[in-house]
Amino acid sequence: MIAAVQPTPTWYLILAAVVFGVGAVGVLVRRNPLVMFMCIELMLNAVNLSFVAMSRRLGDIGGQTAVFFVLVVAAAEVVVGLGIIVSILRRRPGATADDLAELKG
Amino acid sequence: MELVVFVIASLMVLGGAVGVVVYRHPVHAALSLVLTLFGVAVHFVAMEAHFLAAVQVIVYAGAIVVLFLFVIMLLGVDQAEDLRVERIPIQRPLAGVMGIGVVGLLIAAITVTRDTSSLTVGSGLDVTDTVLPAGGVAGHDANIRQLAGNLFGEFVFAFELTSVLLIVAVAGTVVLTRRVRRSEQESRRSEVDGPARHAGDGGASAAASRNGPS
Repeated sequence: MIAAVQPTPTWYLILAAVVFGVGAVGVLVRRNPLVMFMCIELMLNAVNLSFVAMSRRLGDIGGQTAVFFVLVVAAAEVVVGLGIIVSILRRRPGATADDLAELKG
Repeated sequence: MELVVFVIASLMVLGGAVGVVVYRHPVHAALSLVLTLFGVAVHFVAMEAHFLAAVQVIVYAGAIVVLFLFVIMLLGVDQAEDLRVERIPIQRPLAGVMGIGVVGLLIAAITVTRDTSSLTVGSGLDVTDTVLPAGGVAGHDANIRQLAGNLFGEFVFAFELTSVLLIVAVAGTVVLTRRVRRSEQESRRSEVDGPARHAGDGGASAAASRNGPS
């Protein structure tokens, strides 16, 4: 009886929405720049999940191609972002997002 | 069976996502990010996106999280953050309101436009124009074939542009992280002012500049 219930794309989309919301709240709440970056990765993953669900629903492989490009861009983004964070934290160790409020080095 | 897989993987995803936000230690946050990424990979397998599931594990859990952990260890910022300190007093409630609002609006939009057809097993992979026989199952490599055909056919120009993007990102990161060290080295040079002092290469000078005040 229970095993007869199949997950529909709506379930995946709702799960993706919740994960996206958690990631967005994390970006706003956390002060550590590394953890803020991880929350951005959470939001990207939520979007990937909804892309694949809609690709599956519509029978169009283009959604999965979009996820592939999101993965590549996320990798490049992480490399550049962590480079920026490394150069910031080398200059002022232990800096949080609050300490980086001014544009002076 | 699909329901069980969905529930377990969703618990992994949600637990990891909440863990990233609430863990005070950055290393613990990175490890719960791994849990989330594996849960998403399980979802991908359940939706028969096999190639993306493998890439998710290899690229995200294998490369990106390792890069995060590497930066955490390299910088030594692995002290716990005190989450009770709130610099801007109204920020937490506003963030909560915004999160609930975003999730509520998204769920409302999704449920309005929902459709109740379940994902059929075995046929979701085969998105070619060929008609499957009734009850037929797509081949086990149909997903990769479809993805490759789409990627190297319709989106081949974008695919080539991603190589440019990766080169630019790597070169930019090298320039970005080397510039600080070079300026510190020059300031050290002007301070010590000895020809024998700045003969060492990058590794030794980086260690010296990390230990001593610049």
